[in-house]
Amino acid sequence: MANTQSMCTSFLGELLSATHNFSSANPAHTASTADTFKAALYVTTATINAATTAYSATNEVSGTGYTAGGITVTNATNPSSTNSSSTAGVGYWTPSGNLVYSSVTLATAFDTVLIYNSTQANKAVSVHTFGSQTITAGTFTLTMPSNTTTTALLRLSTT
Amino acid sequence: MIITTTKGDMDESLLEKKEGSVDNENEYTTWDEYWLDGELVHRSVHVTLKKSPFSDLFAASLG
Repeated sequence: MANTQSMCTSFLGELLSATHNFSSANPAHTASTADTFKAALYVTTATINAATTAYSATNEVSGTGYTAGGITVTNATNPSSTNSSSTAGVGYWTPSGNLVYSSVTLATAFDTVLIYNSTQANKAVSVHTFGSQTITAGTFTLTMPSNTTTTALLRLSTT
Repeated sequence: MIITTTKGDMDESLLEKKEGSVDNENEYTTWDEYWLDGELVHRSVHVTLKKSPFSDLFAASLG
């Protein structure tokens, strides 16, 4: 088993039904608040990939200081979109803060974070992988990329 | 500097520090470890991802 970085396929379909709301100003939803997105860590022996449709506690990391389900993603910046030509463009979004798991001990090796929508039945958004890690009485920090058309955490493009 | 360890908060001078980094096409990662008498008592990791999932969208031609 292995984890694979990917956009979750179910997320793509759910975008067309306005299931996910990353914006605090979205007329498609009755509430003018964005959904809450969370970030959960998974051990190296998990199978988290494009086929993942929702958060599951199976093979999630566990240990001192870590709460099942992970941490809430800071989302103070609404999604953006930019035209790159008359026929192409990019929509993009990045959490406005780094993902920081403070004062944790995670003894089992992990290599994946799953971003998911805890407001909408924990539906999966994206999978991000990195080198295998453990944490001992320390902090695990995932620094977010710059929120641009070429580096944002989530990018949807027409070419 | 005080370091949080599995033995409680300890002064850094009492511990052996090891540092490392990984830089490849997918990530830039740094880690700090503190050891006490051969035992790992603190490990923190900082990962910066370089690649993100990317999806292409298509609009079909009509006619």
